[in-house]
Amino acid sequence: MKLASRHLLGLDGVSHDDIELILDTAVTFKEILNRPIKKVPPLQGKTIVNLFFENSTRTRISFELAQRRLSADVVNFAASGSSVTKGETLKDTARNIEAMKIDMVVIRHASAGAAHFLTKVVKANVINAGDGCHEHPTQGLLDMYTLREKFGSLKGLRVCIVGDILNSRVARSNIFGLQTMGAEVSVCGPSTLMPLEIERLGVKVFHHLDDVLPQVDAVNVLRIQMERSAAGLFPSLREYHRFFGVTSERLNKVNRPIAVLHPGPINRDVELSADVADGPHSLILEQVLNGVAVRMAVLYLLGLSE
Amino acid sequence: MSNAILLQQGRLIDPSNGTDRVVDILIENGIIRTIGSRVEPQEGCEVLACEGKVIAPGFVDMHVHLREPGYEHKETIATGTLAAAYGGFTAVCCMPNTNPAIDDESIVQFVQSQGKKSNHGIVDVFPVGAVTKGRDGKLMAPISELVQAGAVGLSDDGAPVHDAGIMRRAMEYASMYDVPIIQHCEDVPLAKGGVMNEGETATRLGLPGIPNVAEEVMLARDVMLAEFTRARYHAAHVSTAGSVALMREAKRKKIGVTCEVTPHHFTLTDKEVSSYDTNTKMNPPLRTQADVDAIKEGLRDGTIDVIATDHAPHSLDEKDVDYIQAPFGIVGLETAIGLAVTELVETGVLTLTQLVEKFSTNPRKIIGKAIVVAEGQVANLTVFDPSAQWTVDCAEFHSKSKNSPFNGARLKGKSVAIFNHGRIFINEHYSG
Repeated sequence: MKLASRHLLGLDGVSHDDIELILDTAVTFKEILNRPIKKVPPLQGKTIVNLFFENSTRTRISFELAQRRLSADVVNFAASGSSVTKGETLKDTARNIEAMKIDMVVIRHASAGAAHFLTKVVKANVINAGDGCHEHPTQGLLDMYTLREKFGSLKGLRVCIVGDILNSRVARSNIFGLQTMGAEVSVCGPSTLMPLEIERLGVKVFHHLDDVLPQVDAVNVLRIQMERSAAGLFPSLREYHRFFGVTSERLNKVNRPIAVLHPGPINRDVELSADVADGPHSLILEQVLNGVAVRMAVLYLLGLSE
Repeated sequence: MSNAILLQQGRLIDPSNGTDRVVDILIENGIIRTIGSRVEPQEGCEVLACEGKVIAPGFVDMHVHLREPGYEHKETIATGTLAAAYGGFTAVCCMPNTNPAIDDESIVQFVQSQGKKSNHGIVDVFPVGAVTKGRDGKLMAPISELVQAGAVGLSDDGAPVHDAGIMRRAMEYASMYDVPIIQHCEDVPLAKGGVMNEGETATRLGLPGIPNVAEEVMLARDVMLAEFTRARYHAAHVSTAGSVALMREAKRKKIGVTCEVTPHHFTLTDKEVSSYDTNTKMNPPLRTQADVDAIKEGLRDGTIDVIATDHAPHSLDEKDVDYIQAPFGIVGLETAIGLAVTELVETGVLTLTQLVEKFSTNPRKIIGKAIVVAEGQVANLTVFDPSAQWTVDCAEFHSKSKNSPFNGARLKGKSVAIFNHGRIFINEHYSG
């Protein structure tokens, strides 16, 4: 079984069968991660570069761990302290790296479309680890994996994404992927953090958590960035927490458990109260483990394509 | 040219005097000698067969960026006017966002002189002077000196004249002369950081959007200022249904405003951006189908006066970067006639006469360079074949830059030849 594309640039347009193949493959890899010896050989002899033009800790470590578990050779490239700061273009950086015979590139970049651009200038398989406000497909997949594991199926599952939808690549990947798998997706947040015509993506839009919580099985809470307030998109973090913070008080008003996801890192007591983050319905640490399994699955499946 | 040439059996369309008939035109020493149903060729007279072709007063592209002085790696006045000649234009108006900006009479003179030296001066280069010094929107440029030196309009194009107070004074000052203020309508804080049309496609692609109101609030303000100052005002590259509606209303109230649209804004929508092809990035951005439909209606009913290309050359390296980093703009001179005939005439939006109005009569009137095709007049003509079918190959462009989203497009309509200042320029790529 192979994926339709030799790159993973986003979940927009990825078929139901391909998503299912990735999630099913990840089940096998998660088993391996729970064994005493966690390393398997499928990518032996393959070289992968992690091109991180934006700071990242957990995504980069998760990818690197997944790569090493699959026995790939790994090279890490971070923008700070590199030739990028000397004015080298993405194209030249990528071509230079490819001249070193790299098989796969994992890229994170502040510009939407950077991963697409890379596919035009290098021959390696490209995996998007987050491009601007566009997509973060492996995050979407790991969220879906976590939800599928918890609920058995994504079909008919009701998921609300809460927070800064405008600037979130996690939101977009979740919307596209979950909808393809038959889930019902809604979004909730301040109107200034909703991209124009988001409803045309087939999601219901809410501006009050109390309206949407009774209608969902899970919430995926996005990190709110301090600089959005400075940019005049909402008045203050205090107000944000009071009106859009996911708290146990709000969740308890609904008389059944709602699963809580968060892509991390959490601003405790801003978008998510500490007791919810650490509470019984939080799937946040599961997400982290599943992230490695899902990334192993993606790397493995793309490694099969030529 | 040799001293006599006979254009045989072309369809002469000159909306300025209502001419639309098949004629022979004899040109001697650059002057139209005879226009008649049949003119016998004299001995030694060259003949250009024009059956099925349109002979029109010379087309002018009133919105181009020739990049000289300052950005000669993108385009020079020589390469830009050669592209214009191949595209069927006998004149271009070049915008002042050069380095230095065209904000001083010496730069006006430099641009004019480069134009006269380029391609034997067959394409008139009419500079547009800056409204403000350095185009930075603060201090008024020496408008009287610019106009006296030959600037045909005033604009800070590439940027808007943002401050309403400065715009008011510039309009009042410019109204002492018969020149328009040409505005790039963009409310900067509203458009800030945007790279494409704000809406469903931008939301899907995660690209920062430029809302249509960024254009419309400034156009609305400017229309009010034009009414207040009674100045002549021309809105560059309108791109939204809202702008078309504002212009229609302004014209109904007899306010002295005109506007232009680019071929890409009546041809493409923001769906094209989905490929992240940086040749779909321009400012104003490609809009939606509803906007394209409104623009076509505005062209049809006369709300939109002019088709101008906003020819904006950028080098391959400059465009070969990620979408957000890429500069705005595409080249347009060599595809304008093809796109206009294909999208507007073939679809019944415009008649050929209206097309000639939008490419020649109207822009010439706006910039004060009106001409008429008549015996005794200088031959300033564009000959084009509205039924010539061809495929765009950007590598063949004569512009120094090849940044166009139309590579591979099948078009109908192509320039055959231009005449100006006693010279003839034949498009050897034309075969009809």
